[in-house]
Amino acid sequence: MTELLEVTDLRLSYGKLHALRGANLQARAGEVIGIVGESGCGKSTLASALIGLPAEGAALSGSIKIAGQEMVAASAASRRALRGDRVAMIFQDPMTAFNPVLTLGDQLIDFQHRSHLSRKEKRAKARDMLASVGLPDPDLALKRYMHELSGGMRQRASIAAALLVSPDLLIADEPTTALDVTMEAQIIHLFRQLRAHHHGAIVIVTHHLGVVGELCDRVYVMYAGEVVEEGTVDEIYHSPRHPYTAALIACDPMHLEVTDQRLPTIPGRLPDLTNPPRGCAFASRCVKAAAICAEPPPRKRLSPTQAALCHRIAE
Amino acid sequence: MLTYTVKRIGLAIMVLLIVMSAMYAMVFLVPGDPASLALGPRATPELKAELTARMGLDQPLTTQILNFFSNALRGDLGYDVWSKRPVLDQILEVLPNTLFLGILSLGWAIVLGIVLGCLAVVWRGTAIDTLLGVLSVSMIAVPPFVIALYSLLIFAVWLNWLPAIGAGKPGDWSSQLAAALLPAFAIGITWVGYLARLVRASMLEVMGANYIRTARAFGLSEPRIVLRCALRVAIIPTIAILAVGFGSILSSAVFVETVFSRPGVGSLITSAVAKRNYPLVMGTVLFMTTFYLFVVTAADLLMAWLDPRVRDVFRS
Amino acid sequence: MSSAADPLPRKTLPLPASLRRLMADRMGAAGAFIVLFLLAIAIIAPWIAPYDPLKINVKAKLLAPSWEHWAGTDHLGRDTLSRLILGTRNALWIALTATGLAGVIGMILGLIAGYGPRWIDGILVLLLDSLSSLPMIMFALAVITVLGPGTQTLMLVIVLVSIPGYARLIRAQVLTLKNADFIQAERVMGASLPRILLVHLLPNVVGPLVIVLSMDVPVVIMLEAGLSYLNLGVKPPEPSWGNMLYDGYTSLRQQPSLVIAAGIPLILATLGFTFLGEGLRDALDPKLQKRLP
Repeated sequence: MTELLEVTDLRLSYGKLHALRGANLQARAGEVIGIVGESGCGKSTLASALIGLPAEGAALSGSIKIAGQEMVAASAASRRALRGDRVAMIFQDPMTAFNPVLTLGDQLIDFQHRSHLSRKEKRAKARDMLASVGLPDPDLALKRYMHELSGGMRQRASIAAALLVSPDLLIADEPTTALDVTMEAQIIHLFRQLRAHHHGAIVIVTHHLGVVGELCDRVYVMYAGEVVEEGTVDEIYHSPRHPYTAALIACDPMHLEVTDQRLPTIPGRLPDLTNPPRGCAFASRCVKAAAICAEPPPRKRLSPTQAALCHRIAE
Repeated sequence: MLTYTVKRIGLAIMVLLIVMSAMYAMVFLVPGDPASLALGPRATPELKAELTARMGLDQPLTTQILNFFSNALRGDLGYDVWSKRPVLDQILEVLPNTLFLGILSLGWAIVLGIVLGCLAVVWRGTAIDTLLGVLSVSMIAVPPFVIALYSLLIFAVWLNWLPAIGAGKPGDWSSQLAAALLPAFAIGITWVGYLARLVRASMLEVMGANYIRTARAFGLSEPRIVLRCALRVAIIPTIAILAVGFGSILSSAVFVETVFSRPGVGSLITSAVAKRNYPLVMGTVLFMTTFYLFVVTAADLLMAWLDPRVRDVFRS
Repeated sequence: MSSAADPLPRKTLPLPASLRRLMADRMGAAGAFIVLFLLAIAIIAPWIAPYDPLKINVKAKLLAPSWEHWAGTDHLGRDTLSRLILGTRNALWIALTATGLAGVIGMILGLIAGYGPRWIDGILVLLLDSLSSLPMIMFALAVITVLGPGTQTLMLVIVLVSIPGYARLIRAQVLTLKNADFIQAERVMGASLPRILLVHLLPNVVGPLVIVLSMDVPVVIMLEAGLSYLNLGVKPPEPSWGNMLYDGYTSLRQQPSLVIAAGIPLILATLGFTFLGEGLRDALDPKLQKRLP
């Protein structure tokens, strides 16, 4: 079994704030995995850590292996060597993710700095990639500045940018959040096509369950800096075992059967991560909570692909 | 870009027209006859008659206004009855001195300011950063003409290293440079402070931007990120303030040129104000205002070229 | 307009908290002490000046500093220290009243432009923009030529060149606040115009104005000294740091102590007010506060 990405017990803190409290996940070549959770659960922090760019002042421990190579302990230079070569990222907000004073073409050429092609060839490659992600009139787009492109065009451009370096590991941080519904459907469609052609692993980080259901093979559900449940899309959607996953699925408007039903919400708030509880972090909001939940929850293997972090489920 | 250029120049011309009208109206705002006002207490009837004719004050008001504008447009800024020379000639004679001084002042200030600003960024949060911060504020706060007086006392009077007065011998570059060193030091020091702070602030802001993260995510090297991505964005506010700063350089030049008895636009207008030589003052003010508007407009156009987002300002 | 995009009203912090923060900032505290020191001197000037600052004593001209004359004497034998002390009074009086006056007028114009009808706004903005696109010194010299030099002209010039900046600041703030929910609500409830302006808008826009005013005081002190140096400001024999520097310049080779002595309070004042202004901005502007970790 060759894991392209293997994250073991990843912990990250900014001063007193424990943003990641032991995250574990794996991704194989050809696989699309989803990381879901509400805002503040640590999924974007995880995405930044995966690419080796945690926020300044963050303390990182545990292990991130990309194609067998350890990233956490590696020097800044060797981490940089992976970026833009074996690893690439699609950013949440394509408006601010591109430089406002350089044209799209200039930036797409800059991003291919590891390639030995001539500038002209890089430009042609960028043009072809823009065309293949469905950008109308790619020649014109290369000459444009970011503020002159629409939201959908920018997101396509940022996907094209990531694909230009043909990465083994592609990380997409909330790729559809900044878009409206129509654009979102188009970008999901694009990701579907991409799935079919891409040989590496894709990690999609989102709070949007619909996106995960449509695109992913396996799902990791995060809560308060931990992966509380993992499983295939089928398992997570149809037999969620962790109470948090179940609540999350129940709150998804797509799952409502009666349209006039009130949208359910999960009562309570995320625990204070500057002083995380010793036991289960979800216990204070959980309908099934019991006295035992004050102890650290065990990781229970429920099927070859499904596992959950909870006291209250039978193995 | 073309739309922006046309509109920006249009705005500058409008402002200039308003300024010219105000200048012209000013003479009539004050009670009394403009000719005697212009000449002050030393007016003789002959001088007064000459000036009245020269200024066209004996003609109907509408003709006067038309003449004033058409003359100004043709570059005729009036005639100085005291020295019996056209105002424009006097300005053009000393303008190179002031320009040379201004460029020299800005030149050393830009170099040192950017270096200090970058050093503060490199050592941000340390004692060196704090020290550079206090130093920059102090350099901004101290009046240039006091620096001029102190440096005159130390380097020209006590140490006798550099000339105390004048602009050097015509045609002799080394003497001109030596004469400009102290004034340029006094004028530039404010700008070192300004620029160091500005460069530090805009560099810090830019380096925290998302697109810098993108560039890092694609594995671009730090020097390349700073030079290609960050500096171009960080330099934009610097250019903006440099253009506006032209006005403040002019202001410093008025004082500093007087301290060093250095021929220039500043000392020209100061002595004209002291003598209440109205045509010379108004002509110089109009000329320098036009020049200033030209510089500011050019800087705005340069910024629009560097930062495509600025071009869309007029659309809203 | 969507209410979600409206910025929160900029409320300045309650005074004790901001004062404490100002004192915690070493530079701001130093500025505050220098300014208080100079203000104290300005207020008690006539009582602490050892000599009559205008008294000419040709026998004692151009003396070096001594026990009798701590800062020496000028070319007319007047006591430099006494003149500096009275000069402090003149400098602060001119700078503070002129800046304050410009602030009030600028605020009124800004309120009118921001809250009044659009055509007034258009005219005011064009006039203010034209005024502020003149190089400050050129405008000042033109006005002085027409009106003749003197303290009143100097103050008028300072007020005129300062107004555009303040008016634009207030106008910009009023424009953003005008459509804020709490102002709209007041309007719906039928609040009178003076009530909206004075009770709701003014307290929200006056904080930033105070900060900008305090940061402009050193510039005005500099301008006053500079113009007085050129003999276009405070008229001799009335003492001003600027005209004392000029007196010192004329006797620079015989007695440099006058220039040195006259420069010190000027540098002290501009440094003190600049430090205080910077400190006030850091302490009072909650927007800046947020950016800190």
